[in-house]
Amino acid sequence: MTQLLSLDFWSLVGVVAGIYAIFSLGLQLQFGYSGLLNFGHVASMAVGAYVMAILVVKASFPLWAASLAAIGAGLLFGAALSLPTLRLRADYFAIVTIAISEIVRFFALNEQSLTGGPLGTSNLEGPTQVTEYNRSWVAFQSTVQGWLHGLIGSHASSDFTMLVIVWVVVLGCLLLLTPITRSPWGRVLRGIREDEDAVAALGKPVARYKLQSLALGAGLGAVAGLLYAFQFQFFSPDDFDPLITFYAWLIVLVAGAGRMWAVPIGALIFALIFSGTRFFNFKPFTYLDAAQLAYLRYMVIGAILIALMAWRPQGLFGKREELVLE
Amino acid sequence: MTELLQLIVNGLVTGSIYALGAASISLVYGALRIVNFAQGDYVTFGAYAALLVNLHWRGGMVSATLFAVAATAALAVALEFVLWRPMRRRGAKTMGLFITSIGLAFIMRASILFIGGNGERSFRVDVFQSYAVGGIRVSEPQLIAICVSLAAILAVALVLSKTSFGRAVRAISDSPDLASVAGVDVDRTVVAVWILAGMLAGLCGVLAGLVQSSFDPNLGFTLLLPLFAAVVVGGVGSPYGALIGGLSLGIVQEVCTWSGFFGGVNPVWKPAIAFSVLIAVLLVRPQGLLGRARTL
Repeated sequence: MTQLLSLDFWSLVGVVAGIYAIFSLGLQLQFGYSGLLNFGHVASMAVGAYVMAILVVKASFPLWAASLAAIGAGLLFGAALSLPTLRLRADYFAIVTIAISEIVRFFALNEQSLTGGPLGTSNLEGPTQVTEYNRSWVAFQSTVQGWLHGLIGSHASSDFTMLVIVWVVVLGCLLLLTPITRSPWGRVLRGIREDEDAVAALGKPVARYKLQSLALGAGLGAVAGLLYAFQFQFFSPDDFDPLITFYAWLIVLVAGAGRMWAVPIGALIFALIFSGTRFFNFKPFTYLDAAQLAYLRYMVIGAILIALMAWRPQGLFGKREELVLE
Repeated sequence: MTELLQLIVNGLVTGSIYALGAASISLVYGALRIVNFAQGDYVTFGAYAALLVNLHWRGGMVSATLFAVAATAALAVALEFVLWRPMRRRGAKTMGLFITSIGLAFIMRASILFIGGNGERSFRVDVFQSYAVGGIRVSEPQLIAICVSLAAILAVALVLSKTSFGRAVRAISDSPDLASVAGVDVDRTVVAVWILAGMLAGLCGVLAGLVQSSFDPNLGFTLLLPLFAAVVVGGVGSPYGALIGGLSLGIVQEVCTWSGFFGGVNPVWKPAIAFSVLIAVLLVRPQGLLGRARTL
């Protein structure tokens, strides 16, 4: 039970929540505002993480430049995603986007000379080299830790520092998205979500709006991918399994479509479920091994998805009249 | 040339398994308008049900298959009563049911992992028995997979086109309300659709497990996307479409690795090839090869 009181443990939960919050903000824009059923959102995270790591390790980019390039690559990926998909009806759109995210994962898995293959980033320069893409990040993080140390003293561990950085980014994304989604541009997106033909009849270029929404959403996914790469110092194609997309779906559906500021709450709920099963250290759960507890976690996630659809399809904070899942 | 023929035969094997699973998904998708992401896990359930008979109860493969087919159909019907019907009564529409199926997929896969463990399993059969005709090798499980799949899909197609049940299925897929007014017992037809779809999914699981020689609880999930690709390529709702979609995806996947095809694509890319075919087909025909243009 000492874990329950440990600041470092809660920092880790908060970091995971923050990264998923940014990731899910992208999906909220695509699905909650524009009605696009992107089931391959995880690909944007993969694009962000891999572009950054490859540019740093193979092209010796400075970290900030590689990170900017990675976000740019995410935006481009989202825009490119719209080309084969925008003419499709909703269910086919969902199937094709998940297929594209799998193609991206297969690319990372199979193009070993570029991505390191199944061994992930530890193999970026071949098996004998020690590869690090995050050296400047570690330096930056310890600078921030130094500032925090001056403010709050010894509680400022490196995990706590990461927590602060991630949530500053979350707040930044929210402050960026709020005026955008309240602007005429955001209203057109919501119009497309409600009735695409009506918006088209008003002379709005529907396809262009959808492209922009997909691109911006994927850009946010790339930001989440960057933070994911910095937090875990290593990643491989397994980290971009299609399941990850559905974690974002859980978060957005808990929050409710079109509710930007509820997304971090959904992400916190998700992170609690995700790390909460470790507190099942009382009977009857003590009869289960660690793997079985992990499976229990997936059952809980599945049950929440079903329960939401049964009782609150509009999410915890959504409005019934803004229900997107027709 | 032998190499190409061998690849086509291999493609027929994979393709006939795709076709079975695709027929199962397509039936539910077309008749009940459920895009069921959990149906891959129905497939896994079938394989593990057969494993139970074959491995634990020391039964033969035929009785194991029959048990698996019956058990998966029973599961599909049970889920209709505890999940799908209540969800429909609550007014869930296509996309709500789509998300529900993802939740169900999480629960089913975790349950199978929970009970069966994540290790590789194999049936108690001789996988090395094989036949050679003119330099082309086919193993016994492969031959069985092709024949059983084709027979099962043709049987389902006949049932759907010739019987009054088939007519009822087509009626509810057009409009459940109109079908109901015209005297079709919608609830009973829906249950019958699940029985048929469950049987196909269970059979697909057993055959996939046989052909792959070993499998784990991800069997159905890895099959799921190629199955959906086959459904969409073939056109939703038609068993013949599933057959054509499944076989063509299976064959294209294998033939791409032929050395005569621009030197041959590396076999590690096979799953990505199926997805690329899906995207290419939808680029040309957004409603699928044989699909009608309709909105959900």
